[in-house]
Amino acid sequence: MLRLEKRPIPSRFWLYATPVVAVILTMIFGGLLFAAMGVNPFAVIKTIFWDPLFGEFAFYLRGQLLVKAGPLILIAIGLSLGFRAGIWNIGAEGQYIMGAIFGAAVGLAFYPTENRLIFPLMVIAGAFGGWVWAMIPAILKTRFNTNEILVSLMLVYVAQTILAKASTGFLKNPEGMGFPGSRNFSSFPAAANPELIAGSGLHWGGVTAVLVALAAWVLLSRHIIGFQIRLTGQAPRAARFAGVAPKRLVVLCMGLSGALAGLAGLFEVTGPAGQISIDFNVGYGFTAIIVAFLGRLNPIGIVLAGILMALTYVGGEMASTNLGLPSAAIQVFQGMLLFFLLAVDVFTNYRVRFGRVEVA
Amino acid sequence: MLRRTLLASAALGLGLSLASGAFAAGMDKVKACFVYVGPIGDGGWTYQHHQGALELQKAFGDKVEIAWQENVPEGADAERVLTQMALGGCNIIFTTSFGYMDATNAVAAKFPNVMFEHATGFKREHPNVSTYNARFYEGRAVQGYLAGKMTKSNKIGYIASFPIPEVIMGINSYYLNAKKANPNVELTVVWAFTWFDPAKEADAAKALIDSGVDVIASHTDSTAPLAEAAKSEGKVVGFGQASDMAEYKPSPRISSIIDNWGPYYVKRVGALLDGSYAQADAWEGISGGEVKIGEITEAVPADVKAEAEKIRDEIAAGTYHPFTGPINKQDGSPWLAEGQTAPDGDLLGMNFYVEGVTGDIPK
Repeated sequence: MLRLEKRPIPSRFWLYATPVVAVILTMIFGGLLFAAMGVNPFAVIKTIFWDPLFGEFAFYLRGQLLVKAGPLILIAIGLSLGFRAGIWNIGAEGQYIMGAIFGAAVGLAFYPTENRLIFPLMVIAGAFGGWVWAMIPAILKTRFNTNEILVSLMLVYVAQTILAKASTGFLKNPEGMGFPGSRNFSSFPAAANPELIAGSGLHWGGVTAVLVALAAWVLLSRHIIGFQIRLTGQAPRAARFAGVAPKRLVVLCMGLSGALAGLAGLFEVTGPAGQISIDFNVGYGFTAIIVAFLGRLNPIGIVLAGILMALTYVGGEMASTNLGLPSAAIQVFQGMLLFFLLAVDVFTNYRVRFGRVEVA
Repeated sequence: MLRRTLLASAALGLGLSLASGAFAAGMDKVKACFVYVGPIGDGGWTYQHHQGALELQKAFGDKVEIAWQENVPEGADAERVLTQMALGGCNIIFTTSFGYMDATNAVAAKFPNVMFEHATGFKREHPNVSTYNARFYEGRAVQGYLAGKMTKSNKIGYIASFPIPEVIMGINSYYLNAKKANPNVELTVVWAFTWFDPAKEADAAKALIDSGVDVIASHTDSTAPLAEAAKSEGKVVGFGQASDMAEYKPSPRISSIIDNWGPYYVKRVGALLDGSYAQADAWEGISGGEVKIGEITEAVPADVKAEAEKIRDEIAAGTYHPFTGPINKQDGSPWLAEGQTAPDGDLLGMNFYVEGVTGDIPK
């Protein structure tokens, strides 16, 4: 008979072992899935985890890992601050979209002016767009006690509708022959976010992600606000006695995560995506939730988790093209990762006991 | 810039190159790759492209290797997938959705020796980028005629995807030919803003049926609108879109437009093999075999069926053009004079409804 017993304090060993064990379990069960589909599981695992880093085309794919991981890390860091304090912003996808729209709109308003100040201005507008979109659930929560999970999630769909409107209407490329989509920023240097070193995949988004991760680490470990965030998450009552204003914390955490998601959207639209289009968002805002938890809500952990997640995307695509796997199999593989992470996470707070349940 | 040259030289090193500059060298073996916007099991657009890919494989056997990637988002990811394919040894890459246009041209610039073929787009910024499309509006004319004859409520519907010329010309062709068959016909257009989303498409179909529409055409890729029509116990009929959707025969599916990409893929890869490949802008219709009209079922009266097939054959023979004047624009201003047929340029940039269509094109 198996039995779970709550640990008096969370296990430090399992806190760090969980992501590693989850990845290994995902490889084993994913491998079984691939084998059942008639594909050599070792080839698939190698294609996903090894080839993008050290394979024949790693010189290109390593850069692509940064392109993919940048927005995930940026968004996940913001989310992790709120998650630590028990503030659940699920709508980063919407804030990401709004950041892109605000930033792109500011940039396109100046087209075709060439001025060094345009891009910084767009960055501010992008962060502002995400911040505004996150303020809606934040203020509704603090004023009317609504549920921020529902409101922020629903606002994703509103943002997607605005995105469709932007691509077919107010931001549509006037020289696009009636097709939806804005002008491409790659032909508007003052507003573009190109690779800083050609071929490296590194653009301002990646640089910002690293800086934000460091700042978040300092905030959480050295600053009073970081202490308040951690305390509120662990012991809300004690936090109130310690002088934490819960409403201010909600506004702060939602605002920060919104602004960072907005920044990610701005860097993406001006860089890798190149333009506002109806399908601009590809789920970074949702995947970042997985990344935040995979990284144990720790800034350094999130950087590693973001790169791992990018690996499953980039490597997954290669496995799909080269080995003929359906893309659904890759999605199942990514889903397994979160599933095993949550399952193994039980051991952080509980220990397994063998034997009979004692009757009290 | 160093890395960029590195990319190009890697491609060269892999033996992807043809004789420099000219494509007319011929090849012993071609790797043809396909980028799909949906899953190959969507039963519509992507499914048909994949059928074309399989046909290509069958036509050349050992001389052609095919590879594909499904569900590729139309944005930053497309560029990476294309680069991976080009690096991975693809000689010709077919990008099968409009949204891949910029990515196709951007990657083509880095791999001058890989041929790129972009479906439904208009940008050919490099000599190794070709575009191809099919004259689906010809099929819409046949559907429009059937819709005009089959409706009892005189209300017909159209589930549109995105307000782009491709879709708008389909709506106009459908309406004009329905009107010719039945002067009392009224058209309702619903914009779904998606190419493939069965739930949204079903909602759109429901909304149309609730407003009294009894013939539905769709420009989205799933079978959901037909599934909704099937619930009406024969009162509502519709058409297979992109693929035949034969499982809904004989009703509600009374006919279909079938995208038949196989012949084009065979032709282009064949040209690459024998060295006659050249940049192209292909736009074939019923006559070239790219657009096929699926069987008109027994749910349609024999005389109506005969007339619809006659329209199909006349279009194929070039004796009838679905856009033949006099046609006015929605605002009443003249577009085509008596007997004049629409120039291709007008169609490819079409951003207006013809007179009689109600509602506005989303802006």
